[in-house]
Amino acid sequence: MIQLLAFYLFAAVVCVSGALTILSRNPVHSVLWLILAFFNAAGLMVLAHAEFIAMLLVIVYVGAVAVLFLFVVMMLNIDFAELRSGVMKYAAVGFALAVALVAEILIAVGAYSAGALQLGRRIAPIDAKVNNIEAIGQLLYSRYLFVFEGAGLVLLVAMIGAIVLTLRPRSDVKPQNISRQVQRRAKDATRNVNHPVGQGVEL
Amino acid sequence: MTPFFQWLGLPFEWAWFVATIAGILLISLPLMLAVAMIIYVDRKIWAAMALRRGPNVVGPLGLLQSFADGLKVFLQETIIPSGANKTLFLLAPIITFTVALIVWAVVPFQADVALSHINVGLLYVLAASSLGVYGIILAGWASNSKYPFYSAIRAAAQMVSYEVSIGFVLISVVLWAGTFNLGGIVEAQKGHVFGIINGFFANPLLFPMAIVFFISSLAETQRAPFDLTEAESELVAGYQTEYSSMAFALYWLGEYANVILMCALNATLFWGGYLPPIDWAPLYYVPGIIWLLAKMCFFFFCFSWVKATVPRYRYDQLMRLGWKIFLPLSLLFVFLVSGWLMLHRVEGIV
Repeated sequence: MIQLLAFYLFAAVVCVSGALTILSRNPVHSVLWLILAFFNAAGLMVLAHAEFIAMLLVIVYVGAVAVLFLFVVMMLNIDFAELRSGVMKYAAVGFALAVALVAEILIAVGAYSAGALQLGRRIAPIDAKVNNIEAIGQLLYSRYLFVFEGAGLVLLVAMIGAIVLTLRPRSDVKPQNISRQVQRRAKDATRNVNHPVGQGVEL
Repeated sequence: MTPFFQWLGLPFEWAWFVATIAGILLISLPLMLAVAMIIYVDRKIWAAMALRRGPNVVGPLGLLQSFADGLKVFLQETIIPSGANKTLFLLAPIITFTVALIVWAVVPFQADVALSHINVGLLYVLAASSLGVYGIILAGWASNSKYPFYSAIRAAAQMVSYEVSIGFVLISVVLWAGTFNLGGIVEAQKGHVFGIINGFFANPLLFPMAIVFFISSLAETQRAPFDLTEAESELVAGYQTEYSSMAFALYWLGEYANVILMCALNATLFWGGYLPPIDWAPLYYVPGIIWLLAKMCFFFFCFSWVKATVPRYRYDQLMRLGWKIFLPLSLLFVFLVSGWLMLHRVEGIV
């Protein structure tokens, strides 16, 4: 009963906030609706007993990706009205995408009503006793090790690429060398001189 | 508590529902009281270190000061700037405050006493703490004012940076404990070193991580010396500049609730949580929650101590500490911890 209520609540909020993401005029509001959609999708995952995926969804998408979206949208001050003005040019592409999506949904519904495939159980059967983090870990680090490490490598390359793109040598700043500052002692910086009066000092 | 309500004659689902609500109230109401008292304690410690008296007028020893402040704030007018985005402006403090409360659902107060025993407890903590940044970003943006916006940008960058090293620290704890469940992590610390000391802190491979986690939790809660979001000499009052009355009070409460939470997490992850410091049978007669509270008080004292004595970091120094020191250090220790565990726990390697 409570689960059913929770399911309809989460599902309705995902749909509504997904629609509002593209409908709202203010880009910041769009991002916030998107975050709400992510969040409720995580709730649906929890209901499906995939709490590991749900937490990752919140940590990665809500906690990191959406923060960056929000950052960019707030900083850039995008004018959506201007973007919308050319919308009819892409109407054909959008329509094609919509048709493809509807077709996919129909196929999925057809396949589902024909009976569950249980593809996951056939390819990688899991012991029902281990909890799902351990099950995912065992699969990722044994059967899918190379795919997993390949994904890691792709991310590493992307990260290095982003760093290289933004890294530029700057000559107009004076970087702070903290270890040098810490090592500096009074005797390195000061000296006592007994200078004759009236001859000026050497600096 | 569910069996108790079932015993009262409720069907299972309603018993679960009522028990959960009761559990939430049992955690959040004492927490509110604790926040009021901890603000007083913070001001007293800070005053003592500056050789002042601190609050000493309202009630005996000034104990009721926080309540008087709360009443004053409650009676004030809520001012919403005319250029502000009204909904988000009012939503932001609510988010901060809620996020500060929801993490308590997984904190174990005693063996098997927690609102929720989920097997992804630590990930839930990470997820909820990564939400905390929204309350601040939204406040800064919705205020439609320059200083709050600068502060929000700073806060976002700071919290995202330190979450990275917190994540690696938590990974090394999880590797050693073998579970994401916070109760399981506490149980794994029982007699951890020489079979007598309860707590990961005494483990030489995890002690540096305990220090990194403590400093990162200062940064994550925006306490001094990392309180750049509220640097009064640069940003007036940071993201809360435009807030008044109860909205302002919600930020205050949320901030201190977060501080208490970080104290509890420090205690739970590295210092044995509800276990006594030494694995010695007579000490177990003291209820676990007393040990947990004692450890939290110790960490809160450390938080106040740091606030009273350490000057504020400059922004680039803050980023340098997060990305150039803590990140490589915590990565190195993830490597060392997993290597050590490979040698000792996995058969057929050596």
